[in-house]
Amino acid sequence: TKTPRPWSIFGYFELDIELHEMLDSNKDSLKLEAMKRIVAMIARGKNASDLFPAVVKNVACKNIEVKKLVYVYLVRYAEEQQDLALLSISTFQRGLKDPNQLIRASALRVLSSIRVTIIVPIMMLAIKEAASDMSPYVRKTAAHAIPKLYSLDPDQKDQLIEVIEKLLADKTTLVAGSVVMAFEEVCPERIDLIHKNYRKLCNLLIDVEEWGQVVIINMLTRYARTQFLNPNESLLEEGGEKTFYGSDEEEGKEDKVEAAALVVKRKPYVMDPDHRLLLRNTKPLLQSRNAAVVMAVAQLYFHLAPKAEVGVIAKALVRLMRSHSEVQYVVLQNVATMTIKRRGMFEPYLKSFYIRSTDPTQIKVLKLEVLTNLANETNISTILREFQTYIKSMDKDFVAATIQAIGRCATNIGEVRDTCLNGLVQLLSNRDELVVAESVVVIKKLLQMQPEKHSDIIKHMAKLTDNIQVPMARASILWLIGEYCEHVPKIAPDVLRKMAKSFTNEEDIVKLQILNLAAKLYLTNSKQTKLLTQYVLNLAKYDQNYDIRDRARFIRQLIVPTDKSGALSKYAKKLFLALKPAPVLESPFKDRDHFQLGSLSHLLNAKAGGYQELPDWPESAPDPSVRNVEVKYPTSREKRKEKKVEKPFYSDSEGESGPTESPVNSSPDSDTGSGSGSGSDSGSEDSGSESGSEESEGESDSEKDEKDKRKSGKKKAKKTAPEMKKWRIYVSFCVALLLKCSFPSPQAASPTCGPLKTYELLHRITGEGLAVTYCFSRRPFTGDPHMVSVQIQFTNNTEVEARSLRVLEPKLQSGMRIAEFPEIDVLPPGEISTVHGLFNKLINCFSFTPFFVTIQPPVGELMMPIFMTENEFKKEQGELGTRQAPVFMGLAAKVLANLSRVPCGSAMECRFAGKTVTSGSLVLVTVVTKEERAAQVTVNCEKMLIGTMLVKDILQALSQ
Amino acid sequence: MIHSLFLVNSSGDIFLEKHWKSVVSRSVCDYFFEAQERASEPENVPPVIPTPHHYLISVLRHRIYFVAVIQSEVPPLFVIEFLHRVVDTFQDYFGVCTEAAIKDNVVVVYELLEEMLDNGFPLATESNILKELIKPPTILRTVVNTITGSTNVGEQLPTGQLSVVPWRRTGVKYTNNEAYFDVVEEIDAIIDKSGSTITAEIQGVIDACVKLSGMPDLTLSFMNPRLLDDVSFHPCVRFKRWEAERILSFIPPDGNFRLLSYHVSSQNLVAIPVYVKHNITFREGSSQGRFELTLGPKQTMGKAVESVLVSSQLPRGVLNVNLNPSQGTYTFDPVTKLLSWDVGKINPQKLPSLKGSMSLQAGASKPDENPTINIQFKIQQMAISGLKVNRLDMYGEKYKPFKGIKYMTKAGKFQVRT
Repeated sequence: TKTPRPWSIFGYFELDIELHEMLDSNKDSLKLEAMKRIVAMIARGKNASDLFPAVVKNVACKNIEVKKLVYVYLVRYAEEQQDLALLSISTFQRGLKDPNQLIRASALRVLSSIRVTIIVPIMMLAIKEAASDMSPYVRKTAAHAIPKLYSLDPDQKDQLIEVIEKLLADKTTLVAGSVVMAFEEVCPERIDLIHKNYRKLCNLLIDVEEWGQVVIINMLTRYARTQFLNPNESLLEEGGEKTFYGSDEEEGKEDKVEAAALVVKRKPYVMDPDHRLLLRNTKPLLQSRNAAVVMAVAQLYFHLAPKAEVGVIAKALVRLMRSHSEVQYVVLQNVATMTIKRRGMFEPYLKSFYIRSTDPTQIKVLKLEVLTNLANETNISTILREFQTYIKSMDKDFVAATIQAIGRCATNIGEVRDTCLNGLVQLLSNRDELVVAESVVVIKKLLQMQPEKHSDIIKHMAKLTDNIQVPMARASILWLIGEYCEHVPKIAPDVLRKMAKSFTNEEDIVKLQILNLAAKLYLTNSKQTKLLTQYVLNLAKYDQNYDIRDRARFIRQLIVPTDKSGALSKYAKKLFLALKPAPVLESPFKDRDHFQLGSLSHLLNAKAGGYQELPDWPESAPDPSVRNVEVKYPTSREKRKEKKVEKPFYSDSEGESGPTESPVNSSPDSDTGSGSGSGSDSGSEDSGSESGSEESEGESDSEKDEKDKRKSGKKKAKKTAPEMKKWRIYVSFCVALLLKCSFPSPQAASPTCGPLKTYELLHRITGEGLAVTYCFSRRPFTGDPHMVSVQIQFTNNTEVEARSLRVLEPKLQSGMRIAEFPEIDVLPPGEISTVHGLFNKLINCFSFTPFFVTIQPPVGELMMPIFMTENEFKKEQGELGTRQAPVFMGLAAKVLANLSRVPCGSAMECRFAGKTVTSGSLVLVTVVTKEERAAQVTVNCEKMLIGTMLVKDILQALSQ
Repeated sequence: MIHSLFLVNSSGDIFLEKHWKSVVSRSVCDYFFEAQERASEPENVPPVIPTPHHYLISVLRHRIYFVAVIQSEVPPLFVIEFLHRVVDTFQDYFGVCTEAAIKDNVVVVYELLEEMLDNGFPLATESNILKELIKPPTILRTVVNTITGSTNVGEQLPTGQLSVVPWRRTGVKYTNNEAYFDVVEEIDAIIDKSGSTITAEIQGVIDACVKLSGMPDLTLSFMNPRLLDDVSFHPCVRFKRWEAERILSFIPPDGNFRLLSYHVSSQNLVAIPVYVKHNITFREGSSQGRFELTLGPKQTMGKAVESVLVSSQLPRGVLNVNLNPSQGTYTFDPVTKLLSWDVGKINPQKLPSLKGSMSLQAGASKPDENPTINIQFKIQQMAISGLKVNRLDMYGEKYKPFKGIKYMTKAGKFQVRT
């Protein structure tokens, strides 16, 4: 029942005739049989090109399998038989017009695979047409055809780029991977084509097929390197700021002003939301089953993510180590490079790199490299214990690598140097010569670091010259003895004597070292060794190797003073016995990361053809708005709702509860205190895992019920609260936009808003258990002078974890800006979490899914304190308009507005100065206390509106 | 990306070649053969070999080298992963992936390779799509084909490539609808001389065999999903749902597939189900060595340890062994020095042991190195991590499927150092 193998039955000639007959027959089954035999020939690498005319005739055969096999044949031989191949073109041209998309696609696929230059225009036309085909599958095929045509005729580049540009705009996942592939092969330098498609590609990524994912991620890594700022450089600066804040706990306002100024100067780093989007959308792909995808994400994180976030990739990479040994090999190479820069990341997985006797040697050596890179003071004892086991291995290459590794650990970690050295000296009595030789080489390097302490080791090694034959080891020993001949004054001449005896039989490197030793001994101990040295030099003079002859001549001139020898011989001792720097034993993987990780070039440590350099981060970020895409609202109805959302501030504010309801606190300076502890963040994670296990015991059914309840609860809430209802459509709209928001990493901060006024954003009843409050921390948070920081505190009052709390597209009025809020991944029951954000104008509405809330800052929070003297104050006051109102009960206006107090002579008067954040206009407040608990408040501000509102607020507060 | 592919057997013959762009002469493989000669063991051939004009990326499976020829920069893992996918597909189609199977089905192989790559870029690698395009050869179909002259190639145009769930073929129909899941866990461990565990971890997979009609939407939940520390999914699994609820929700491919692989968090102590008592000694000066090995079960939760196989690479100095197994059979290959002992089932009442002597090269000094002992075993009906599937629900279809779940624990890379 098996296809007979033609090559075993027929000679070529017979075979040809029979195949011709079969191909010409009317029966499809005979044709098929013939084609199968021909394909089998091709597969074996036999030439079947003679049959070309007979085969091509069948290109229009009805039988699908025959047709497919003819295609296989055609693509293989068309290049050799260009003229005949043209006969088949019309069949494909007809196929391109077929109503069935799959036939169109397959026609294009074969047509574009035929490498015949004459048909380039036909191919170009076909690709252009297919690129605007209705079917995404045909468009995908068009994308595949682009690099084929490009390799056939590079002159078509410009036209092809147009097609690529068009296909890049395609919104289907099917096309995305293929077109980026085409982009990479044809025009990887045209990064500008990506701008408009960047966000779309990020969002589609998870649904693209796995091979496309790899290509897109690699391309986006390069893109991000050109468009965003280095997140790690500024991290360092941030660290500096933190300590700054920590130190000024008790200081007054002056410091605060200074700090603000400093911050402005540094212009701290805020991650571009698009940068964040990329990081967030690639992270789930670490869970891919495809090792190439995981590696692609890992390299993306390594090259693009802030230091604190890179750690997530370690676990996934360690998982890949379970895979096939080829995968392990590549992953380990990359891990080795990573461990040099980011050792901490892999430290928890140290044991995963332990070596098994069944690992192939190349894997063992790489694991050893990783273990060595991971070694530090805390784990070195465990690692050395492992190494001890490895030294007993039967795989001698591996043992040699282990000895090298021990040497490197010893040089890097001072504490264990002596231990390692002792261990290596013990190995000198090993039976295997390779082991001994390797140990000698490593010991030599170690001894160079502190020779005076180890003359007994040098003595021991001198004895080895009798037995050890490995040239490198002999050379090392001789060099050691020569270098430290003063430490072994008695042995050294004896060694030279022995060596002189065996000189002629030694390898070249050993001979060179014998000469070296002789020269050094001659200089230090010429009495004993003069004759020996002469003898050795004479032997070398007639050596076969010119290197050795040269060296002998050179040394003789230097050390043996004759009348001809120049001034140099005076310095011979200095030349030979200069203090040599100890060698640095470093990883071969050092600095490999200038190649993009995961690439072929990185693996080979050499630039492969077509490798695109990973660009350095730009100094300043290019305009991010190039990535903006006009959002088209899907329906007019939603658009209308949209308009409703953007209510003017004033109408909205009237309905809101005034800020004065919450208790007034009078400790104005507390905001600078306590800094930003990280406690809350890590704490919440811990309790998250605990509560989760509780939850899992209850499990499915009850949980489902609860969820249903919650769902219905949500509906009810929406019905009862008219406001909520209004937002419902809006919320669904926001969900679509959800992917477009991105946030910087959650910055942990302890809730320091205690003394500050907190405002309620979402009551825990309406929020279905999630309560949200906010307060204005009055901290120059990122230093953007036109922004005010707000601290939002989430409290989870439910029994379950809340997940993915984030701000959806905030609705802002023109001129408003808002910095991104970090997303809270998990909020376990009963936990409190805090995020910080920034905004700059009078009012901001933004919605937290699925709740729409409004943050309405009291006017006083939109100011920042400035420092001025009483005189300046009065001078400025004269120039500004005044809002006044008499009040009862004075003091503590500060709690309402973020102003700084102006020193003032009178005890009855309090003055405050500040400016608005957006426009920087001056705001001056004077509170004059009068008799009978009455007071007069004066606000001077060029902005009438702000002045009026501030007076109103102060009055309201004071009157309570 | 991938220019050409050569299949090389263990004796160094190229028995299949396929080119996706212009033809690359097979002489390029000479560089590969050179590297092969340099490597002491077959698995030590570097997976990536640079040559003056090309790069060779190869994988070794079933004693066949799959050598891909690359001309320019490409992530090496991309190629390696693809080649492994090719091997998996062959295995799926022909049952085994041997030189004979490939030669016998050379036309199907060629058709598959043609569909899997277009211009060197992967096109269709999902087994469900491929099976729609090219039907796997079965004995029955081969017979029918020879008689009727019909073909292996699908008559219908494949629709899978166009659908939103590319991994599932459309129009699936079964009379018996069934879904089976195998939870298989492997213990990787290194045990040191004194019997204490140096490192031990559990890796698991859930392999599924789903034969359900239509477009079923399945959800699988665990009693203790927290055990899973690191997971990787088949593309059909909805990631968001897992993140939010720790539930596997997916529209399955038709047939066999690997749903999930996972790693059990390392905080959990790993129960080691077997222990080994060993005494392997060589005496200085004598040409004899002692060999004693006893196996015993521990922490198996009452389940039997089966299919136990012990193997050990003895030092080069060992000429032969003379051992006496209390059960099972042992073999020793004097050339490779590989000792393997097929133990079978461990009877806790009567522990299996292997005792005897080793004869060493006369006059040679005693070997430095101590052999490591590799152990394989199986324990049925138990997942050693304690992972339990809670329930499996199906949505989207009306019928009631038959559901089954099986647990098994195996030794992965389980080594005892002596």
